[in-house]
Amino acid sequence: MAEKKQKKFTNPFGTVVESLYDLFDKKAPRYLLMTIMTAFLIYLPLSSSRFTQEIMTNLFFYVVVCLGLNIIVGFAGLLHLGYAAFFAVGAYTTGILSSVYGVNFWLTLPFSIIAAVIAGLAIGAPTLRLRGDYLAIVTLGFGEIIRLTVRNLDITGGAMGLIGIQRPVLFGIVLNQITHFYYLFFILAVIAIIVSYRLHDSRLGRAWEYIREDEDAASAMGINVVQIRLYAFIIGSAFGALAGSLYAAKMTAISPESFMFIHSVMILLAVVLGGMGKIPGVILGAIIVTLIPELSRDIGQFRLIIFAVLLLILMLYRPQGIWPERQGISTKL
Amino acid sequence: MTTWEIFLQQLFNGLLVGSFYGLVAIGYSMVYGIIKLLNFAHADIYMSGAFAGLIILGFLNPYIGNQWLGIIVALLLSMILVGLLGVAIQRVAYRPMLKAPRLSILITALAVSMILYNTVLLMTQGQYKPFTTGLTHESFYIGALRMTETRLVLLIAALALMLMLHLFITRTMYGKAMRAIALDRDTCQLMGINVYKIIAITFFVGSALAAAAGIMAGVYYGTVHFFMGFLIGLKAFTAAVIGGIGIIPGAMLGGLLLGLLEAFGTQIPFIGSSWRDVFTFVFLILFLIFKPNGLLGRMESERM
Amino acid sequence: MALLDIKDLTLRFGGLCAVNQLSLEIEEGSIRSLIGPNGAGKTCVFNCLTGFYKPSSGDMVFMGTSIMKKKPHLITHMGMARTFQNLRLFKQMTVMENVMSGMHCRTNAAFAGAVLRTQSQKAEEKLIREIAEECLDFVGILDKKNYMAKNLPYGDQRRVEWARALATQPKLLLLDEPAAGLNKEEKARLINLMRRIRDERKVTIFLIEHDMGLVMKVSEKIFVIDYGVKIAEGTSKEVRDNPRVVEAYLGKEETEDAV
Repeated sequence: MAEKKQKKFTNPFGTVVESLYDLFDKKAPRYLLMTIMTAFLIYLPLSSSRFTQEIMTNLFFYVVVCLGLNIIVGFAGLLHLGYAAFFAVGAYTTGILSSVYGVNFWLTLPFSIIAAVIAGLAIGAPTLRLRGDYLAIVTLGFGEIIRLTVRNLDITGGAMGLIGIQRPVLFGIVLNQITHFYYLFFILAVIAIIVSYRLHDSRLGRAWEYIREDEDAASAMGINVVQIRLYAFIIGSAFGALAGSLYAAKMTAISPESFMFIHSVMILLAVVLGGMGKIPGVILGAIIVTLIPELSRDIGQFRLIIFAVLLLILMLYRPQGIWPERQGISTKL
Repeated sequence: MTTWEIFLQQLFNGLLVGSFYGLVAIGYSMVYGIIKLLNFAHADIYMSGAFAGLIILGFLNPYIGNQWLGIIVALLLSMILVGLLGVAIQRVAYRPMLKAPRLSILITALAVSMILYNTVLLMTQGQYKPFTTGLTHESFYIGALRMTETRLVLLIAALALMLMLHLFITRTMYGKAMRAIALDRDTCQLMGINVYKIIAITFFVGSALAAAAGIMAGVYYGTVHFFMGFLIGLKAFTAAVIGGIGIIPGAMLGGLLLGLLEAFGTQIPFIGSSWRDVFTFVFLILFLIFKPNGLLGRMESERM
Repeated sequence: MALLDIKDLTLRFGGLCAVNQLSLEIEEGSIRSLIGPNGAGKTCVFNCLTGFYKPSSGDMVFMGTSIMKKKPHLITHMGMARTFQNLRLFKQMTVMENVMSGMHCRTNAAFAGAVLRTQSQKAEEKLIREIAEECLDFVGILDKKNYMAKNLPYGDQRRVEWARALATQPKLLLLDEPAAGLNKEEKARLINLMRRIRDERKVTIFLIEHDMGLVMKVSEKIFVIDYGVKIAEGTSKEVRDNPRVVEAYLGKEETEDAV
């Protein structure tokens, strides 16, 4: 029985944190906590400033994109450095259809997903057959392709970007208040969390884990490694595109600068900081990445250096992230 | 200009820019060969090299002037300096991670890249800095080819560096050890090769070459900026893949080919210079589909 | 017709010939062994069969279909499962999850099933668990299903690997040195288990082994290879008396004299 003990962290603070995690991993406290949190978040806009709502909306948005990237990086173990590009694919699909062709916002969503799937296949299918780290560089390159393409084309508004994207209409209400978007993104975040959990505990989720653990053994068990990875890549891309579409609707204007490499990096940071693969960890990462810049606005560029140093230290001393997958056995018994 | 002159001019431009790509690509390829790491920080090392050169040149100016001798001294000094920076990065960020999962070391590489990039961004306030040299831009002709002093110097420097590297790899013990470690690190350790030392030397050489390429690019384009590494990093990686990653002559070949491809590709009416980079990446993806092992690479079958 | 028919199989690495013109047949319901000195190319044969290596020439026909150009996962899907010489378990996962991996190729729930938790997906998950438990029970470690795989003793890890292979519901099971590192008692149980797999589950077994005693006991027919070439085949007695086999294992007499 003694063998079952995982390596424990020796500092007392760590132990306290670990036991908090363990508490959260048990079902009953988790549901209780989640109910309280949901109730609080539903109530929040009724008694808070526009500014708070803006930040929270931004946070929900980050939760969605981080969970999307987590499917690729955390679940499937593939390094993706151009996630903002998929986000841009969604935003521009909705933007063009809505502002140029006047298509209803909700009808643009399927097109945005289709566009992301096509882009995901075009990038993923050739590279996922190869050594894993080729994907990193190809996605990085793809990020540039998309940015340059939307800059150079007329239909995307060039460097100026697109303006006049229609507001979505839901049950006859035009969504144009921050509170509307607060609830819209909140619902989206909840859906993203549920989808993530369900994927994780499914045949597909297990297959990703097998491949991450041992690729050869996984294929000897009859798992089509390339196909299963491609699934992760496409599902993650579709998540990003969907978030991009909603972003376009919220901002009503988008430009190539909204989708720079740095955004891909920040999303990746959130996923890695929090703990790749672990859903509450990723949410924690999203909170850190959205809230710390808000609190430290005035130090500007310097905060990125601090972020990078933190990331480096984290990787060197706790490579599994702040709240990693499988640090305790408790969920497994 | 006649078509022949345009052709010659583009050929020269392509080879020159291609040699920058090649020099940076060598660093990617060597590091990948020896520890199987895609060194994301390499592009920023190239950029740091350009700035180191600029600063050293500024210091030297009053004493030696910024002509021939000044440039050469600045080039050598910053190669050494940036080479040491590469070694330090390797020691702090990569060496402890050699046994860790692949994803972790890629992320430390990314973190190092962000630190370098943002430090320079902060120091320069994001501005373009002029890279002035005393070399003239007056042109003269060699046959039908229009040349300037600057370009001639760059060409000679690129050729000299490649030749030196070639001799280093093929004629010294270090070169041999490097190739041996690329094949099997554990066995090398058993054979009494100081693996860590060889890895450090690899980083030194790769970083020094990238620094040289950075300074040469500064001289060629006349300005340097914090963002200059990003694109060339991607392109140098493309070059390394074209040549066959891990193979040093392949990286050089890939760089020159890519330079030529861009120089002539932008002459095609539909592509033009605003699509040049898109063209390069599409090429990379096509290359990965049809010839993933590169021009000089061989199929490798792993032992189980 | 034989379940597996290998004809003139050749595998080259650069100039080296790891497997050379190898031909052999495995009949359904049999237990067959492949033996040979160290480095004779035994594992290479397995890696070719399971699609990890691409043979240079020859043919391999499994259940009437050529598997020369098939990918590993497709071969497993067709009904060939394997274990590895040095255990390749999913170390950070539980024993149960390890064995559940075997059912992957027999099920097909994908994105929609996972997200919507459809009836068929739920039924499938239940089936996966049932079969995994049944396989664990068969090899006798059901009580350890919630342990982390890496925390089990070596002998038990081996059994997890068998359970995992059995969960793919194979017709042919390839065992790569199943007795390596086991003690005498465990070996006796292993022989028993192999017979049970064959008799109760109707699975044909093809194994590589160093332990001659075990091989002689368990298999009806033995193939001997050396330097990738088949040098003998037959019953244990025929093989034992074959001078070429003795030579391969002990070296030629002249060379011995020279030493």
